[in-house]
Amino acid sequence: MTEKPDNTAPIIRVRNLQCDFKVGPGGRGKRILRAVNNASFEVMPGETLGVVGESGSGKSTIGRMLVGLLPATSGEIELFGETITGPTGRRALARVRHRLQFVFQDPHAAMNPRMRISDIIAEPIDVQGGWSRKDRADRVAELLELVGLSAVFADRFPHEFSGGQRQRIVIARALALDPDFIVCDEAVAALDVSMQAQVINLLMDLQDRLGLSYLFIAHDLAVVRAVSSRVAVLYAGEIVELADKRALYQSPGHPYTQALLAAIPRPQVGARKPPIRGEVPSMLDRPAGCMLCPRCPKAFDRCKVEAPALREVAPGHSVACHLFEGP
Amino acid sequence: MTDRLASPAEPQPVLSPGATRRRILMRRLWRHRSFRIGGGIVLAIALLALAAPLLTSTEPTQMNLRARFAPPSAEYLFGADNFGRDIFTRVLYGARISLWIGCASALLAAAGGAMVGMVSAWFRPLDGVIMRIMDALLAFPAILLAIGINAALGPQVTSVIIALAFAYIPRMARIVRAAALVVRELDYVDAARVSGAGGARIIFRHILPNCMAPLLVSVTFVFAYAILAEAALSFLGIGPPPPDPSWGNIIAEGRDYSVQAWWIMLFPGLAISFSALGINLLGDGLRDVLDPRLKVEA
Amino acid sequence: MLDVANLTVDFRVDTGWIRSVDDVSFSLDAGATLGIVGESGSGKSVTALSLLRLHNDRATRLSGRVSFDGQDLLALPERRMRELRGRDIAMIFQDPMHSLNPVLTIGEQIGETLRIHQGLDRKAAQVAAANLLDMVRIPDATRRVTDYPHQLSGGMRQRVMIAMAIACRPRLLIADEPTTALDVTVQAQILELLRDLREEIGMSVILISHDLGLVAEFAERVIVMYAGELVEDAPARTIFEAPAHPYSEGLLRAIPSADVDTHRLYAIPGRIPDPGNRPPGCNFEPRCSLAQATCAASPPPLDPIAPEHRIRCPIRSAAKEVAE
Repeated sequence: MTEKPDNTAPIIRVRNLQCDFKVGPGGRGKRILRAVNNASFEVMPGETLGVVGESGSGKSTIGRMLVGLLPATSGEIELFGETITGPTGRRALARVRHRLQFVFQDPHAAMNPRMRISDIIAEPIDVQGGWSRKDRADRVAELLELVGLSAVFADRFPHEFSGGQRQRIVIARALALDPDFIVCDEAVAALDVSMQAQVINLLMDLQDRLGLSYLFIAHDLAVVRAVSSRVAVLYAGEIVELADKRALYQSPGHPYTQALLAAIPRPQVGARKPPIRGEVPSMLDRPAGCMLCPRCPKAFDRCKVEAPALREVAPGHSVACHLFEGP
Repeated sequence: MTDRLASPAEPQPVLSPGATRRRILMRRLWRHRSFRIGGGIVLAIALLALAAPLLTSTEPTQMNLRARFAPPSAEYLFGADNFGRDIFTRVLYGARISLWIGCASALLAAAGGAMVGMVSAWFRPLDGVIMRIMDALLAFPAILLAIGINAALGPQVTSVIIALAFAYIPRMARIVRAAALVVRELDYVDAARVSGAGGARIIFRHILPNCMAPLLVSVTFVFAYAILAEAALSFLGIGPPPPDPSWGNIIAEGRDYSVQAWWIMLFPGLAISFSALGINLLGDGLRDVLDPRLKVEA
Repeated sequence: MLDVANLTVDFRVDTGWIRSVDDVSFSLDAGATLGIVGESGSGKSVTALSLLRLHNDRATRLSGRVSFDGQDLLALPERRMRELRGRDIAMIFQDPMHSLNPVLTIGEQIGETLRIHQGLDRKAAQVAAANLLDMVRIPDATRRVTDYPHQLSGGMRQRVMIAMAIACRPRLLIADEPTTALDVTVQAQILELLRDLREEIGMSVILISHDLGLVAEFAERVIVMYAGELVEDAPARTIFEAPAHPYSEGLLRAIPSADVDTHRLYAIPGRIPDPGNRPPGCNFEPRCSLAQATCAASPPPLDPIAPEHRIRCPIRSAAKEVAE
């Protein structure tokens, strides 16, 4: 395993990240959809940054940009000291590629149905090259055991496995080159409750054993609470709150975070507060003010005209809401 | 509200461990009735063509002027033509050339189409240009295109094959491009990209193998078209050159005597219909079984 | 009102027949709410679809009795069944996009149900459709009736589906994972809407979901299904506060909580058995921490352990008896 850097410097630094998509016929349209707007955050070694948001919040877009699957429109992504955005980004990304990995939502779609499990898991190894046949086979067996599967599965095909097992295989592939940072994009969303708990526990065990850092993207706040050390809440492409897990769940600052927490169905019988009105707005033609304004129960005049900036309201706790600013 | 669900959503097929995708597909194919019938017809015709020397003692080009226009009889099973050649023998040997033309041109068209389609799907800037060219070719009747190419290359079996292959490349290219555009957006392609895989690896390991199903299905249909097209080209006098028989040129030669010697045209015509039917049934079966909505992973 | 007795559903697959739902019995009073929970492959959706006989006849074998207002739905001729669907029993599905016809306006689609079942003319159907959209809290309903499905968000489409379902004021609404494809905040809105409509119309609702939280908030009674069998049937409060079957208990413990910090989640070991390869005894035995030798020997019966509370676990039933 590679030498880990000291534990105080972030391994991932993201500054003012922005991602625009052109929409319209054939992707050549004139209208611009800003999927991610001015996102800044850091990930420390060995920590899990949870990213929660509803569909269209831009959470997956951020994850994809971090591993180079999508280009950033502007802003800066620095991974292990290499800046992968900008003109020299491609070469920088190639240098840190082996330290990054990605776990997909749908383990079924994430595996080529025509490849054997051993070839699927060894794909990063084969791309890197220079491994002997024996080392490769040993590594595949080791990885299968690491994720709690038997090494005899190596010769089988993906369709022979259940959803939970498939996700373990996808995780094994992600671990093939001993990465330091893994983006988990809704990694447990497609799984049943009992499988979900198994995979979450596996991800946390692996983190303890291998010192991994995760960017854990999910729409389920309960799942994010179970895995994260810090949490970023996204709404319509913007980070509206960023805080330590405890602070976020116990004293959520942003009205949207509060609404999300209130909306979670809980396995307890009983009535509850009425849910927040409306839905996520269209991200074409952003309004001048706060994106939540039309739905926000606490909105006032200023919210309509001026977008709030993310600012620290307590140590390590930032909120983008005018309620937290001086008059 | 009243729509019926075609298939149950929850239960999954029970797979014996180690069952490969291929074995499951074979089992499904075997269960498919039209595949069995079609496969049987095609296999029978192919075997007859191969076993031709065993089934008949005469040569396909051997003339017997005393037997000119002999009607079907015990000696001349399918009758004889204007040169007294045995039609039964000629149909058997003709199967060799006709099937060879169909098969070779379908495979050639598939290979060419796969290449053009992949390039088009992968190098997006070229896509527009390539697909417009393919559209232009598609707008041309396949036969007309084949006539042009055949005229340029001269009358021989190979030129018929090349001509037909060219005529069918555009539709193959469209099919492969459409499939590749779907596959290239799938997560496993992204997974390969995250691992740093280059274009060649992604195309040949991930995209192309997963586009094979629709390609295979269209190969069977083009196979059938090509056999029909061969007959049409022969009829126009630019098919495989006589005296070696193909189904098409037997019919072409018989057309002048269609009134007094109907058997010259009937039997090769039946052979063409039967093989086209068989191949189409085969293709239907393949299409049903390889349909992505009925995929093995359920 | 609805009484399901010994419902068994088999599906044909490549290798023969597999049992998807095995001997399920439950009943539902008029105006009541029932939740059916289970993981994928538990047979919960199949159970619901069987009530309406929405499966492909040739690949499905149904047995048992489903009596709705005294008539056996499984024995009804298809023509009568068609009349019943949408009029007396309506259903909404998980994916509202695929349940709507993209080339018809939502007004036309809602109107169609009314014209079929109530014989309204085009004009009256359009007006009724606008009223229904209003009922499902779609703002500006009279203008919205001319929208096409693609102009609506996922939450709005599900509201349209609900409007279609309640068009004939059915007495039973079956909602199969109605909010699974929706965002959390929208999910809460849809659930609230269903709750309100149930009271307005006075219909019974069966809510099928893998999400125990959702079911807990909605249903009065809950049945838990596992590997095609009903394993626990109890009032919602009992299931969520004192589940008796080890599977229900494990499922509840496995859900991460948004309200407390956990170091490690509880996980039920193993996985659901394949439908063609179920154990000879209790289906849950291979994963169960309470399992004893007798569990693997023969399938356990569904025993009542309290009024309105049945479980399929002899170990727990016996423990309960001893305690009393």
